[in-house]
Amino acid sequence: MEGEGGERKRGARLCCVCKKSRASVKRPKTLEQICRECFYDAFESEIHQVILENQLFSPGERVAIGASGGKDSTVLAYVLSKLNRLHNYGLHLFLLSVDEGITGYRDDSLETVHRNQIQYGLPLKVVSYKDLYGWTMDEIVRVIGLKNNCTFCGVFRRQALDRGASLLKVDKVVTGHNADDIAETVLLNLLRGDVARLSRCTSITTGEDGPIPRCKPFKYTYEKEIVMYAYFKKLDYFSTECIYSPNAYRGFAREFIKDLERIRPRAILDIIKSGENFRISTSTKMPEQGTCERCGYISSQKWCKACVLLDGLNRGLPKLGIGRSRGSVASDNGNESKVEKSIQGKQCTTLDF
Amino acid sequence: MQLTLEFGGGLELLCDSKKIHNVNIEQHNGEDKLIMKDLLSWVQTNLIKERPEMFMKGDTVRPGVLVLVNDCDWELSGQLNTSLEDKDVVVFISTLHGG
Repeated sequence: MEGEGGERKRGARLCCVCKKSRASVKRPKTLEQICRECFYDAFESEIHQVILENQLFSPGERVAIGASGGKDSTVLAYVLSKLNRLHNYGLHLFLLSVDEGITGYRDDSLETVHRNQIQYGLPLKVVSYKDLYGWTMDEIVRVIGLKNNCTFCGVFRRQALDRGASLLKVDKVVTGHNADDIAETVLLNLLRGDVARLSRCTSITTGEDGPIPRCKPFKYTYEKEIVMYAYFKKLDYFSTECIYSPNAYRGFAREFIKDLERIRPRAILDIIKSGENFRISTSTKMPEQGTCERCGYISSQKWCKACVLLDGLNRGLPKLGIGRSRGSVASDNGNESKVEKSIQGKQCTTLDF
Repeated sequence: MQLTLEFGGGLELLCDSKKIHNVNIEQHNGEDKLIMKDLLSWVQTNLIKERPEMFMKGDTVRPGVLVLVNDCDWELSGQLNTSLEDKDVVVFISTLHGG
């Protein structure tokens, strides 16, 4: 394949690292042209550096990889197992998947996770919305329609991952969020005026005060490189958009980021850098962290968002807890003030922490 | 000119859920020179069956769609001006689907 006539005619460029092989990738972070092998090295060692510099793990820890079967989590599972072996992190790794109960989407992607379990030799735990909440997303959508369904799914997923993590008795959950995702989230939080999330969305580790911390080893890893890596390594991943997600607002931010990247790839890292350096004025009121009176999950309200939503579903009032309006839970309990800042209904919240 | 085109990362859904297409492209101008710009418009006309906006934006691929010519990032070979030859393999992968 390499060194065929075609490439020679097209003036194959050499890798700027090893100066021997034909360059295969232009790195967005550095604009270097680099061959496949040197790309693997750079990709893996940069993630290793991020792990070391941020002290993401300690030896002996049990770590769950949030695995959706998509490109990011598949590459994360592959790279993290490799680094764990190579550098003796001493981690016990697990795959943790959430089955939202979406026919034609999650059932297919879960098959990918089941294959990954075998390919990477990692134990897999699947927690389902049906088991945890008594509802599948298919059933929820049948009741509430295609508006606000992402709110339910996002709130439930966040909790489901935590519940799965505690079943696995892990010390940490890692997720595959990449640099593009984080830049996008910075922009979205800015656009929504969500100061509390804006201040924490760039943290590489979150939830250290909660039951199980989460971290993002791909925080500085470009999506382009993740996809290139998966392609060259022929990793088995699933790529279909959720059938219920219109994702308009996030989609718009995503497209904007991708347009920026084309003009100046550094923009992605620069947005993250801006996010990291925002200083939130001390006069800004931040929600106080407490626990849900109903299920004990962390919550800034009397009831956590999942319980509010679930209560609405079970009482046949699925709109309860959607939108900025005060939930009727508050009036039921005579505690209006605490529910006031309930999370707004918004698009798919897979990236919220 | 015989080319192998491969669609991945969800782009295959735009062309009958088929990932690999072996195609034969006739150059109308009689020249044997074909560049990526020509190929993109050929693909848009002949292979993309739905949601063309997921594939193209303006006269090039939508940002977030990766292109490889013979397993080489097209950003290294001149993007739209990359010249193609018989038996080349062109891969299009969307990065925009799911995580």
